[in-house]
Amino acid sequence: MTSLWPRIEPLLAHVTKPARYIGGELGACEPEHGAGRVAWLLLYPDTYEIGLPNQGLQILYEILNERSDAVAERSYAPWTDMEAAMRAAGVPLFSVESNRPAADFDILAFNLSAELTYTNLLNLVDLAGVAVRSAGRSDSDPLVIAGGHCAFNPEPMADFVDAFVLGDGEEAVGEITEVVARWQSPGGGEQVGGREELLTALAKVPGVYVPWCYEPAYRDGRLTGVSRRVDGVPEKVEKRTITDLGAWPYPKQQLVPLIEVVHDRLNVEVFRGCTRGCRFCQAGMITRPVRERPAAQVERMVRDGLDRTGYDEVTLTSLSSADFSGIESTVSSIINDPECSGQVSVSLPSLRVDAFTVGLAAEIQKVRRTGLTFAPEGGTWRMRQVINKLIREEDLYAAVDSAFSQGWRRVKLYFLIGLPTETDEDVLGIAALAKACVEIGRRYHPNVTVTASVGGFVPKPHTPFQWFGQNTMEELRRKVNLLKDAVRGVRGLTLRWHDPEATAVEGLVSRGDRRMGAVIESVWRKGGTFQEWSEHFDLGLWTEALEAVGLTLHDCVYRHRDEHEVLPWDHISAGLHRDFLWEDWQEALAEHGLEDCRWTPCYDCGACTGLGVEHVVASTVAPAGGSQGTGQDLDSGGMVPVRFLPTAAPAPALAGAGGAGQGEPVR
Amino acid sequence: MKIRIRFAKLGRVRWTSHRDVARMWERALRRARLPLSYTEGFSPRPKLSFGLALPTGCESKAEYLDVALSESVESTELTADFSSLLPDGVDVLAAQVLPTGTGSLQEEVTSCRWEIDVPQMGPDALAEVIDRVLGAETLSVTRERKGRPVTDDMRPSVLALSSRPSGAAAELVAELGTRPRGVRPAELAQVMGIELGLACRTNQWIECDGSRGEPLTTPVPDAAAWERAS
Repeated sequence: MTSLWPRIEPLLAHVTKPARYIGGELGACEPEHGAGRVAWLLLYPDTYEIGLPNQGLQILYEILNERSDAVAERSYAPWTDMEAAMRAAGVPLFSVESNRPAADFDILAFNLSAELTYTNLLNLVDLAGVAVRSAGRSDSDPLVIAGGHCAFNPEPMADFVDAFVLGDGEEAVGEITEVVARWQSPGGGEQVGGREELLTALAKVPGVYVPWCYEPAYRDGRLTGVSRRVDGVPEKVEKRTITDLGAWPYPKQQLVPLIEVVHDRLNVEVFRGCTRGCRFCQAGMITRPVRERPAAQVERMVRDGLDRTGYDEVTLTSLSSADFSGIESTVSSIINDPECSGQVSVSLPSLRVDAFTVGLAAEIQKVRRTGLTFAPEGGTWRMRQVINKLIREEDLYAAVDSAFSQGWRRVKLYFLIGLPTETDEDVLGIAALAKACVEIGRRYHPNVTVTASVGGFVPKPHTPFQWFGQNTMEELRRKVNLLKDAVRGVRGLTLRWHDPEATAVEGLVSRGDRRMGAVIESVWRKGGTFQEWSEHFDLGLWTEALEAVGLTLHDCVYRHRDEHEVLPWDHISAGLHRDFLWEDWQEALAEHGLEDCRWTPCYDCGACTGLGVEHVVASTVAPAGGSQGTGQDLDSGGMVPVRFLPTAAPAPALAGAGGAGQGEPVR
Repeated sequence: MKIRIRFAKLGRVRWTSHRDVARMWERALRRARLPLSYTEGFSPRPKLSFGLALPTGCESKAEYLDVALSESVESTELTADFSSLLPDGVDVLAAQVLPTGTGSLQEEVTSCRWEIDVPQMGPDALAEVIDRVLGAETLSVTRERKGRPVTDDMRPSVLALSSRPSGAAAELVAELGTRPRGVRPAELAQVMGIELGLACRTNQWIECDGSRGEPLTTPVPDAAAWERAS
């Protein structure tokens, strides 16, 4: 195999940001291909700058490259200028490490994190010189697999992806490697057959969904079910869940790119899963239960990571990092580390809305203090009860007051519009909250800015809102206009909003069934790539394609579903009981909140009991300063199915199966 | 105290931008645990200053960087193993403590020497183009600036041009002044009407009172040690 570099380099003088295509990251592996090694190409279907930082792909990259039976390289979507140059020069999609043609790999593995990147997946498969439809691929073509949050409704991509991996990929990638290796080597002693045998074998790996093994049925234009057409595969595919995050201290060698990328800093995952129970949040629903990383391991990963990379900023990642048990002592140990000489800043994504969190932020952002972001999501208390984000106005104002009084000048507030039961009063509540925040800020400084960022709500699979009929784009536009009028002329207040047309298409693809495949393919064939980039998004391509297959936005997106309607992802399980989701939907409509089950008794959503796992937290006491969503002063529940992490600092005895022990030195 | 570092940028890494190189250095200097001096305020950055930006896609054997330190270090600490902290293709060639009062690179450098591959042209044909260009009174180049076309005369900055064989094609050796503004190899190629191949900055010169020197006086390693990585 020869490197394509001599054919790639002449193209670089004519494209924007040529360094997207040269690799060379600190931490990149030098791939050792060869017989007996299954070759994975890990792909993110967006630009290098967006895709490189993806932690999921970086974790799998290391795990695969540590195996003796696998090798992994990476690739990203070339920007439109590079794609045109590649197609004109006949250069196929290539890996950034060794510049091998993508089609030379055994597996093309995509991370799917956003629905609007789906057409890019098709484009990359096509650029690889591989048939975009699974049915058109031969035994010698690579397998196309996909994971990530979007895999929880695989049906819209079922025509193009050979196999989906649901949930945590750490263990599944090894099992897939073994299945492919056995299929490739006749010496393995197993029946070796064609691609269909391989697909069937993959479908028996827990957590792997192979669309070819399942068949949808329709009646009167509605899906009536997706059922097995191959024996021996599960009726319902359950997600994978690693029980012990401490056994997987990855990435050990986070990639440091040569060019600036998003999240360009050290990232250390402090826990996975979230049980806050925000009803709009798919991530919080499908990643349960909560599994914390031992604090000592977090501290070690931060110290080693900063040393190795030269970064001066670290993000403690999770869905709500201020909820990490002992977050205060963890951050203070980082910022007070003499080796960091006071120049390291720590950031926490998804700040909780309370003064405690701001105090924490003040403590850790002594350097590079930029802006603070809070996400009340709803404009009124009523609305926040519906979505189960139980932040009181006092909580928000206290947090904002605390931020401005401690020197911040910029505060950003995230809201959703188009939520279930939303009235104009709820929408206007957003403007009222934002204005009040500006007034609070003015007490401390004449020139404060508050930015209210407003997204259109898209109901997602496996959430209590999966039955809700999304607001039409016209309705969202009207609500945006209400807000624009309400904030006009308010000094220091900026309103930003997401394009309602893109929201409609995201909704279309999010809850689509297998018929959506024809729509996605048509949009791609007409040049609709990079649809998440506003300069490339084209609603017309989507509506034309939808019409051509006889579907409507009304039926697919805007229509409310009833309790018994078959949903396209009913044969996929994120561990949550459908009954639980329906009941929680009814609770939402009744404006009832639900407490966080980390610190209160179990309400049996199904995630822990069904998967045979438990929350892994170091404390059953709700975090200091109260906890958003659970009231302010909780008793710690004695009945919580929680496994305690040892609190003693040195090396918690958690060396799990399959992963490198955390005591192992970092390479 | 301030130190000045000379480094090369060769091979694939030439496709990174000037800004990218600045960020690589920030990370490398932190990894080297040098006592960096930081700017004040809410957003402290290490005090680094680079000379003339190298255009993306060009190589160089003569990039310079001044680093402000909060404590004294020995010059010998600077070259040891430093290159291993930088990406492939970025290599430290020399480093020296600067005497106080040394001017900034931006102020002092007066010209740069370039070696530029000219594909599909023999040395003689290139020599003819050189004669024509050096004989011209003015060399106008138009570029867009703040959305408006601006035309400059580059002739005063074209100090010397010569041609020499390089394999089957030719290599252009150019001495380009930095005032009133620096000329980029792509602009030179444009006014000469030649195709621009790989361009490498080999020297930056400071001219002062009729004599010429480089920003660092320490010798750089043997040229063969940093021959182009392909």
